[in-house]
Amino acid sequence: MSNNLRFKTSKFIDETYRVSFKFNNKTYFGFKGDTLASALLANGIHLVGRSFKYHRPRGIMTSGSEEPNAIIQLHDNSSRTEPNVRATEVEIYEGLVASSQNCWPSVNFDIGGINNLLSPILPAGFYYKTFMWPASFWEKYEYFIRKSAGLGKSPKVADPDIYEHKYIHCDVSVIGAGISGIMAAKMAAKNGFKTLLVDEKSYLGGSSIYDKSEFSKINNQITSSWLEKEINEISKLENLEIKTRTSVAAFHGYNFLLARENLTDHLPINQRENKVRQRLLKIRAKKVITATGSIERPLIFDNNDRPGIMLSSAIKRYIDLYGVACGENIILFTNNDTAYETAMSLIQRGIKINAIIDNREQIDSKISYEVEKNNIKIYKGYTVVDTYGYRRINKISIMKLSKDGQTVIGDKTKLNCDCLGVSGGWTPAVHLFTQSGGKLKFREEDQVFIPNVYPSDQISIGSCNGDFGLEEIIKNTLSSIKKFLDIDNSEYKTVETISGLNQSKRNIWLLPSDKSIGKTKSFVDYQNDATAKDIKLALREGFRSIEHVKRYTTTGMGTDQGKLGNMHALGIISETAGTKMGEHGTTTFRPPYTPLTFGTIVGRNVGEFFDIFRRTPIHDWHVANNAEFENVGQWKRAWYYPKDNENMHQAVQRESKAARDSAGILDASTLGKIDIQGTDASEFLNRVYTNAWSKLAIGKCRYGLMLNEDGMVYDDGVTTRLGENHYIMTTTTGGAANVLGKLEDYLQTEWPELDVYLSSVTDHFATISVCGPNSKKIVSKVIPDLDLSDEKFPHMSFKNSKIDNIKCRIMRISFTGEHSYEINIQANFGKSVWEKCMEAGKDFNITPYGTETMHLLRAEKGFIIVGQDTDATLTPIDLQMDWIVSKKKYDFIGKRSLYRSDTIREDRKQLVGLLTENPEEVLEEGAQIVADIKKSPIEMLGHVTSSYYSPNLKKSIALGVVKGGKNMLGQKLIIPMENKNINVTVADPVFLDKEGERLNAKL
Amino acid sequence: MFLINCPFCGEREQSEFKAGGEAHIVRPKQPTELSDDEWAEYLFMRKNIKGVQFERWNHVHGCRKWFNMVRDTSNDQIKAVYKMGEKPPVK
Repeated sequence: MSNNLRFKTSKFIDETYRVSFKFNNKTYFGFKGDTLASALLANGIHLVGRSFKYHRPRGIMTSGSEEPNAIIQLHDNSSRTEPNVRATEVEIYEGLVASSQNCWPSVNFDIGGINNLLSPILPAGFYYKTFMWPASFWEKYEYFIRKSAGLGKSPKVADPDIYEHKYIHCDVSVIGAGISGIMAAKMAAKNGFKTLLVDEKSYLGGSSIYDKSEFSKINNQITSSWLEKEINEISKLENLEIKTRTSVAAFHGYNFLLARENLTDHLPINQRENKVRQRLLKIRAKKVITATGSIERPLIFDNNDRPGIMLSSAIKRYIDLYGVACGENIILFTNNDTAYETAMSLIQRGIKINAIIDNREQIDSKISYEVEKNNIKIYKGYTVVDTYGYRRINKISIMKLSKDGQTVIGDKTKLNCDCLGVSGGWTPAVHLFTQSGGKLKFREEDQVFIPNVYPSDQISIGSCNGDFGLEEIIKNTLSSIKKFLDIDNSEYKTVETISGLNQSKRNIWLLPSDKSIGKTKSFVDYQNDATAKDIKLALREGFRSIEHVKRYTTTGMGTDQGKLGNMHALGIISETAGTKMGEHGTTTFRPPYTPLTFGTIVGRNVGEFFDIFRRTPIHDWHVANNAEFENVGQWKRAWYYPKDNENMHQAVQRESKAARDSAGILDASTLGKIDIQGTDASEFLNRVYTNAWSKLAIGKCRYGLMLNEDGMVYDDGVTTRLGENHYIMTTTTGGAANVLGKLEDYLQTEWPELDVYLSSVTDHFATISVCGPNSKKIVSKVIPDLDLSDEKFPHMSFKNSKIDNIKCRIMRISFTGEHSYEINIQANFGKSVWEKCMEAGKDFNITPYGTETMHLLRAEKGFIIVGQDTDATLTPIDLQMDWIVSKKKYDFIGKRSLYRSDTIREDRKQLVGLLTENPEEVLEEGAQIVADIKKSPIEMLGHVTSSYYSPNLKKSIALGVVKGGKNMLGQKLIIPMENKNINVTVADPVFLDKEGERLNAKL
Repeated sequence: MFLINCPFCGEREQSEFKAGGEAHIVRPKQPTELSDDEWAEYLFMRKNIKGVQFERWNHVHGCRKWFNMVRDTSNDQIKAVYKMGEKPPVK
């Protein structure tokens, strides 16, 4: 460890606690409290990565979340591995492992660096322009482009960590715990507001907490001392919740904030077990105070990206907070006073400052005089025109700026350095404000965008509101918070400030060079390697809107969203195009402010909780009996029950045959069940179903078809009249919730006069369907007291009964065309009744069947499945179900639409049966149906909706929709497949027992 | 995400609600008397404006009640919520 770079420091670094870590396979040491960046810098390491496009060596540029360059891979070769992590935000712990990204074989020697030499032929839009032809080659290009463009590696195995979500409700949420955030939180909490204060750093106080300068004082105390007392005071406040390491990712409308709280990332791996790693906070705040501070601007000059070139404020933070010198011969390059604060911090530690290059001709502030007093040469009115050094800066050359700042004049001077601190002034961090829908305005005098129109109950304070001087910050924070919270007592009697800085600045977006622009590499977006030259090229090629320039040059499109360079991009565009700042728009800042992990986003909704599924009360039996399951909506339904080594086809054939030959049993509990009561229940059903209901006798069941108002089939099911004013409606499994919603809609909004009440009872009942020629014998064994004779209990009727003293409802209804019974019983008895049926049916080879067999059996009978044979474009007439549409009823939902000019067309797609020429050939569902394959283009007449091999009919059967199919009975059609054309004949959709003999057979 | 003041339950998260399209479109009492064009007007024609819009919402994961809402679609400000059958409290 090069000790000459580490200095005695504040309480933030624990020098008694040495921490070892690995970077690029080499072991280094740092101290507890270090970030990965500060520890690397203390070891003299600046070069940490390679740039995205040109693979140029890049170093640590900043000390915070705005870092564009030092993005690294954390935990290599571990399930926790994470790409694109900012080294400036990683707190080191014993055993940390990290490595550089986007370089091969190593960061010091990277083959991709050849791109830098090729850069003259890699301008903006290079990929768009080059890989256009031939279009079919794109897939081949893409493979190589992706390979060379990747930043970091994603993990290959499941994330071992735990994440969670948490809701927080508060009166006031303060984002950012710098000087104004702390003051605002104190004022809010002390005045009775339930307050939440969050900050992305591990400590409170922002950049003022390490400000020990004699040049900025509050109430005659050094800023950091005054602030420490404030923090100490607020940490005891009861109605103030403070969260550090918490970064607000998104600020949505209605003051809804999303924040990521980091709980274990700073701990050694072995201390993380069973702890929540990150928490997504969903914050609902009545009022939001944004105090997110500002981000220092870099300066845009030729070769401004070499390792060792850093923000001046970062150099200050590293020395003041971490006790780390970023170099031993530093030059500062600035256009404003803040770099002199950095200079003072360095002077106090005795670190050599070779020179200060200042764009300004006139500098007039106490702090600059003090710096000059220390014999530091200040080049006034100068600019850096070039830098040197491949893996680390070693020299710069400077020239005098012309009066208008557009050119350089005079001789070139070369100066040695190992670190260059740049300061281009400050950009308010308005990202969250604009995310919330806030509108910005441009302040000409110091060239910044500041909040202007607030879309919700919120305010921005401190430097994110454009207040940069200490006095301004404190004065404006006090007055605006008093007004915002409508309080008299600010908790602050008098706050006196002294500042040695003034706010003068000489803003030049693109600094001139002695070279022509085409020969320079002045980086505007470091992460995406977008240069000033690229932006000018985009403008020459006709792009104007910032959104277009951004996409064409990729400026601001990296993981840092251009936190450093976006302003310069706007500035260069406006200067080049001769327009006003903001005239072509400012780019939109989108959430998240800093990247979120997928873990945080999904929280606990992983594994079986990712998409929660519903089980029937009989589910465990199905599992124990080897069922394969099918997802139907959220339900897990038994699909088929393979025996021995049966495949699905074999199992379904066996199940289907057994159901028709003897007995089958189906778990139908998933069907939607809606309890309908009220004196107008019959009238209500009349209005929602296509057929008539008034005359349905108590104890009888009826099949109903429900339409949308546009006349298209929406749902179907059997409804039973349980009493004078009491019905139970069944719906399709997938449609249950929507049907209830639709019924409620009509009831509440169109027909509020009807006395009807709806209640979903789907989960209350288990439904067991027993079918087949032996079903009657089986059910009579299960419920011996019930008279199952056809006279007492005919098809389409219902009886109340009891099984072992438990009330149940028995319906004699059928979806298979067989004689069958449906037992509805309180859900928790479902499994035992099912087992009872199995026991009773033992002698009759009772066969459990799943949804696949159910589909096959109903297809034999030509019964539709809404959603499989229909797709919201078919009317009951199209389905050849004219019989169910009442001609007498004056109105029902969808009636008027059944005779719109479009719905009465003869050539609409209509449901038909399809029989293959070869009875062994089973069609593919979804296959196209045509009449003439010689005509080009081939006219598509329809498609196959259901298709099975029927073991009962010993042939292939299918349903399909065909244009004008109703009148095509017996006609030959063709199903063109990849390798062959299959001949089919249009048939009646009812393939089996059209007369219903099986249903009504005397058993 | 909005906070919606359900007229029956009070303020709740938007995720509990479902939007139901334009409000104050009454289903014709005698659909059979209408021409195709008149019926199509009821069936298909909905406004989708930038500005103040009258909408139907359903507290689907709550009380299941339908109600009306006045929302400015340009900034998502909710001007009013009111029960079905009531006159809009704002213009």
